[in-house]
Amino acid sequence: MVHLTADEKAAVTALWGKVNVDEVGGEALGRLLVVYPWTQRFFDSFGDLSSPDAVMGNPKVKAHGKKVLNSFSDGLKNLDNLKGTFAKLSELHCDKLHVDPENFKLLGNVLVCVLARHFGKQFTPQAQGAFQKVVAGVANALAHKYH
Amino acid sequence: MVLSAADQAAVRALWRKLGNNVGIYATEALERTFTAFPTTKTYFAHFDLSPGSAQVKAHGKKVADALTTAVAHMDDLPGALSALSDLHKHQLRVDPVNFKFLGHCLLVTLARHYPGDFGPAMHASLDKFLSHVISALASSYG
Repeated sequence: MVHLTADEKAAVTALWGKVNVDEVGGEALGRLLVVYPWTQRFFDSFGDLSSPDAVMGNPKVKAHGKKVLNSFSDGLKNLDNLKGTFAKLSELHCDKLHVDPENFKLLGNVLVCVLARHFGKQFTPQAQGAFQKVVAGVANALAHKYH
Repeated sequence: MVLSAADQAAVRALWRKLGNNVGIYATEALERTFTAFPTTKTYFAHFDLSPGSAQVKAHGKKVADALTTAVAHMDDLPGALSALSDLHKHQLRVDPVNFKFLGHCLLVTLARHYPGDFGPAMHASLDKFLSHVISALASSYG
């Protein structure tokens, strides 16, 4: 469960309302693959990931980024029950995808950088603090069913 | 392990652009660290951490100077930062996990102020540079 103050909830809701979830998803996933290239291990079937331009322009990366961020968006609507919201996805990432949960933390921090870049001045330290709580909560929820 | 020539060039180019504002950005990064990762405040119980604090600003300047030193010595970060590493280990006794929080908040600060420059390749170069700095700072911890 993520404990956001009323101000933090307001900041998250206000900013998220202005996010182009489709685009930001692709950018965040792309940057994950560029900045932490070992994360490419999960995406052998995605085709050309040989350079930053190739990654950022890759249609499969964009599509998957969109999927991931839409899922994250669902989490934002259910901050009181992230573990329940992400239970099935947690099982999937453990049992079928075999993803080290460390990667969820990496993606969360990349997303925060992308939001800072998009929102500039509006991404105040307080807004960042609120989002850090959210990404940490989502990462924990996604790791919750691991065994 | 040394940063590639391309990564070094990217970091140097951005640092030139930051000019005299490195202190301002380091101060903002510290503020972000205290807000987003409140456990880091435990090392600054003796500071006024309210917004605009002169102590935080002075500390930001120290961090900025250290980073500028690092940028000037990317071929030998452990050597250039060895005194700082000893300081953090023996006197300040900071758990090295905290270096990553400040590193992340530096990236966030630069992304916020230089969106046009903070493309994926620059993001990667900066992240690597900061990882090397953190490694060098933690090098005396044994």
